[in-house]
Amino acid sequence: MTPAEDVLLSVDGLDVDLPGRTGGRVKVLEDVTFEVPRGRVVGIVGESGSGKTMLLRALMGILPDGAERDWRRVLLRGEDVTRTLARRRLPAAMVFQDPMTSFNPLVRIGGHLAEVAQRFQKVGRRQAQGLAREALIAVRIPDPDRVLSRYPHELSGGMRQRAMIAMALLAQPELLLADEPTTALDATIQAQILALLRTLQAERSLTVLIVTHDLGVVAAVCDDVMVMKDGRIVESGEVERVFAEPQHPYTRELLDAAPPAPAELAAPASAEEKGAGA
Amino acid sequence: MSDLRQAPGRDGGPAPDLVEVRGLVKTFPQRNAWGRTTGTTRAVDGVDLSIRRGETLAVVGESGSGKSTLGRCILQMDEPTSGTVTYEGVDLTALPRARRAPYHRSMQVIFQDPFSSLNPHRTALQNVMEPLAVLAPDSDPRARAIEALAAVGIDGDAVNRRPRAFSGGQRQRIVIARAIAVRPGFVVCDEPLSALDMSIQAQVTDLLLRLQRELALTYLFISHDLSVVREIAIRTAVMNRGRIVELGPTAQVFAAPQHPYTRHLLDAALSTDPVQARRRLQRISTRPEPVGLEPDGTALAEVAPGHFVLR
Repeated sequence: MTPAEDVLLSVDGLDVDLPGRTGGRVKVLEDVTFEVPRGRVVGIVGESGSGKTMLLRALMGILPDGAERDWRRVLLRGEDVTRTLARRRLPAAMVFQDPMTSFNPLVRIGGHLAEVAQRFQKVGRRQAQGLAREALIAVRIPDPDRVLSRYPHELSGGMRQRAMIAMALLAQPELLLADEPTTALDATIQAQILALLRTLQAERSLTVLIVTHDLGVVAAVCDDVMVMKDGRIVESGEVERVFAEPQHPYTRELLDAAPPAPAELAAPASAEEKGAGA
Repeated sequence: MSDLRQAPGRDGGPAPDLVEVRGLVKTFPQRNAWGRTTGTTRAVDGVDLSIRRGETLAVVGESGSGKSTLGRCILQMDEPTSGTVTYEGVDLTALPRARRAPYHRSMQVIFQDPFSSLNPHRTALQNVMEPLAVLAPDSDPRARAIEALAAVGIDGDAVNRRPRAFSGGQRQRIVIARAIAVRPGFVVCDEPLSALDMSIQAQVTDLLLRLQRELALTYLFISHDLSVVREIAIRTAVMNRGRIVELGPTAQVFAAPQHPYTRHLLDAALSTDPVQARRRLQRISTRPEPVGLEPDGTALAEVAPGHFVLR
């Protein structure tokens, strides 16, 4: 196991249940135990209903109404924070799946970013605007001043998701939680956003937790992976190991269901040469 | 231009083309905040396409490439700005609205989101019966709806449940049942699998292929997911900014892409092999945006039999 000081967050025995439609309670997470090593990118995969989004929401403390969260023990940097978590949040920020519905449509991008900067970095308005501009530069937006004055609907999907990541960074998180950050995007834009996440992770020594249903995303950006099914973690480990030798039958099933990428037939290098010759 | 217009249809074999699209253009007005028109967007910018009877023709491209608008124009859900759409030799664009009804029966559509395309207040059976009552009132709508639902694997008491009682995959099956109940010849599948989990996608793909064989359907399969397209399409058309940039047999388009945009698309798909996926991501992140608007005056040229590239 990883030495204790290298573990950013360790969660032991997390249970979450929701009120059922016909009375009673539905367990959506059952005895979930995991560790997030510092400075790693960890992927959580599973199909819809496996509880992967609920896991992120439980960490952020933004579960739906009526949900109950319970855990045996939570360690942050080796320190027991189980009691204080009700009052103090984890040093985490979240990037949501759909950047269209997670911005206020009536507030300009600059307004969103400045608000987060003011709240989390305790600075004045003028200074917050400067920080917002820097954040947009950090996520490689070419003309930050134009984007600051735009409304969310005026940006393309990829730009909106970049702005969303900039907003998350302004909260100065140690742990970045991303819930299906590229599902709503085209494949080419998805690759750019994933590359950006990887770069930011290295630049700011962030620890990233990515929830996705796409094994290709895990293969491309994650160091470790946790496979979830019916509210439990059925397998976890390093991506190379899990993808090469899946131990749990469900992991094998997921890997088999994933369609082979066009990669194997269209070796891009040779295709490019051919194109150049033609 | 003129030789190109016949080219895709010429080698259609004995069976004539089911759907012919010629010079299709669809523009949308761009409006400013006060609703005044400030310009136009050419969503579909001069598309020629022949869809052969019994084939699956895939249209791939990124969002905003005009692929869905093309599908809607073929179905006459959107009135094309110019150009013609011919179904079994009848020019639909020239037909008065009142005489289009029989074609609405033969041309059906499956949308992406099975959550919003079913009426939540009506049962699965009522949802499937509704188009039957309008388009084929002489038949026995109830019996045909039950038959269609059985064909997609929903039978017994389940037909009397409302959409919310079904999972995403089952809902998409109901949507498919509704499309095939009126016995169409041509179905536009607009991202029919995008909202579903991987394992469910495979089941629905199998269902679509089985129905195609049993009912002799012709599909226009609109998707941004190249791995699905490779599995089920006979021919693939790649769209960028309202134009078809490459069209050919699926295997050829994937194995030997000719247009830079096609290569760009193929390159962005991630594989589940960690080493390969990381190498790709590395390459994509350091690469400039390669593809812009096609220069004017380009036309589809045949590079191999049945394989066309815009140049």
